[in-house]
Amino acid sequence: MTNGHALKQQAAGLRARIVGLPKGAKIVLWVLIALLAYALPLLEPPLLSTPGTDFGGVLFTVTVYMLVALGLNIVVGYAGLLDLGYVGFYAIGAYTAAVLTSFHGNWPLLLALPMAVLATTISGVLLGWPTLRVRGDYLAIVTLGFGEIIRLVAVNTEWLGAAKGISQIARPPSVELFEVPHLHWDGWVPLLDFNDTTTFIKFGVLDQIPYYWMGLTVVIVVLFADRLVKDSRVGRAWEATREDEDAAELMGVPTFRFKLLAFASGAFIGGLAGALYASRQNFINPLSFLLLFSILFLAAVVVGGQGNRWGVMVGAFLVAYLPERFREFAEFRVLVFGLALMLLAIFRPEGLLPPRRTLRAKQMEQEIEALEEGVDDEEGARA
Amino acid sequence: MPDVPTAQSVSPARPRKRVLEVDSLTLKFGGLTALDDVSFHIEEGEILGLIGPNGAGKTTCFNAVTGVYRPTSGDIRFDGQSVAGVKRFKITQRGIARTFQNIRLFKAMTALENVLVGTDAKHSTGIASALFRLPRHRREEEQGHDRAMELLRFMGIANKADELAANLSYGDQRRLEIARAMATDPKLLCLDEPAAGFNPAEKAKLMELIRKVRDQGYTVLLIEHDMRLVMGVTDRIVVLEFGQKIAEGAPAEIRDNPAVIAAYLGVDEDDAS
Repeated sequence: MTNGHALKQQAAGLRARIVGLPKGAKIVLWVLIALLAYALPLLEPPLLSTPGTDFGGVLFTVTVYMLVALGLNIVVGYAGLLDLGYVGFYAIGAYTAAVLTSFHGNWPLLLALPMAVLATTISGVLLGWPTLRVRGDYLAIVTLGFGEIIRLVAVNTEWLGAAKGISQIARPPSVELFEVPHLHWDGWVPLLDFNDTTTFIKFGVLDQIPYYWMGLTVVIVVLFADRLVKDSRVGRAWEATREDEDAAELMGVPTFRFKLLAFASGAFIGGLAGALYASRQNFINPLSFLLLFSILFLAAVVVGGQGNRWGVMVGAFLVAYLPERFREFAEFRVLVFGLALMLLAIFRPEGLLPPRRTLRAKQMEQEIEALEEGVDDEEGARA
Repeated sequence: MPDVPTAQSVSPARPRKRVLEVDSLTLKFGGLTALDDVSFHIEEGEILGLIGPNGAGKTTCFNAVTGVYRPTSGDIRFDGQSVAGVKRFKITQRGIARTFQNIRLFKAMTALENVLVGTDAKHSTGIASALFRLPRHRREEEQGHDRAMELLRFMGIANKADELAANLSYGDQRRLEIARAMATDPKLLCLDEPAAGFNPAEKAKLMELIRKVRDQGYTVLLIEHDMRLVMGVTDRIVVLEFGQKIAEGAPAEIRDNPAVIAAYLGVDEDDAS
């Protein structure tokens, strides 16, 4: 207990020191962190690296989940709209890219991406227009249905490849410039391994690392955009709507319009993630878009701490990474995952890394509770 | 109670512009008639008190004015234009702002952000402006921020600007609600029992504040339970009972109105005297 407290204080101290850094130093620090993130699959750090599967591939999946979590966070975390069918947008993005680049067209991926994103954004508006008039549980059920409808349409439509799916989806264009060597760990000793290299930047079949670089770049761009939008009239309107929709409306917030905007923005990012996924995978079928994924995406947001962009990224990392890291536990991993979720719900319902303000409110609550308990004790002692 | 400092003789000689006109407003919920043919108006720059016993229809009337309920019949005109059936946020943007009887702040947002949401009512920054930090975003953000801080200072809670609304004391939450409503830059400010739960000293302070608000050029519609306070601060009073208007006039007239006394004390006029 005291140990945990000291740890917390240390963390707070570290945080204060980082916040206190001059702006230039902060930028340098962030650039270093970003570089480290880019280099991660080349470094293959011993404990972090996944022994059973390709580390670069796992990291790419992590970035896709991060994108999805960031998008869903806008809908669930900022605007407070429970969306259980988010995989629908992911699927629309993936299918649009697949249809345009392989099944019914021969577009280059870079042209298909904007179309995929556009299609998903429009589908977000189309879904939101009638459904955002209902609230809470009802919205959850309607979106749940949406996710399933999209999948079932894909299963039953020959034009979309039906159950067989679509293969030969275009990859991003390669620009082969130079080779980057990987690190090879001999126990704890890192060695440069010139036999194992990644081509910068070639989107091939075997080496997944360039896809990860692409995914990470998109995540960083989305992070910036998220921050800019959140910290504006739009972000405030979302939060006000989440806190009290009627009061927001009476304070001049056109809540319906902003909810629709949240839905469309979330769909935009979800579609982007889906298209990137399809391109890396080269092949999609309806099984890639099961209801389970909607739940996993939502789990990433809730586990990480809805409303905090860093929190949901942590959540996405855990949801995407842990099952791959502990592949040897095979079927048990779902069980372990479920248990972990339950424990989290009991001991930290606000998520691992909730927005700082949630923590502040909780702290206040505890202080008041402690005060009230103190009063009770005194009264008890007197009696 | 004897001093009525602000009832500056409602000057019937010089008719002022009518900000709000409520015209034979009737509101029915199924078989229940919550408001029955209520008419009154508010003149520019005055404080109108809306009083009545519990369940008289004061808050319902408020809700009709701010667009929460649609009138069953009758009309509500603001600045000469009907607001019946107009969307709630549009009514606010036109210039009617309100507070709530049960505090309804955005709890997980800071005091400053709460007020900023109010200032945003008159802004038009969209996602593109925000994303690319266009001049409009920067201008509105700066203006809104200045105005919000000004209002927080006016309400005496500027030092709590970065506190979460949920963490403010009860009194500060009530003050923050008024600041948020004023931030929408309304012509008509509707306060729904702003002093509920206050002790007498706090109430007196709040009434002083409401007077100051009026002096800044706002027109105020005030629902209040405490007769003494209402008498002290309002220019005119409308009394509702069971959804009907039973009296209207200057505070002094209302105080001596037998129907009002009966409504409040629930006894015969003879016994009341």
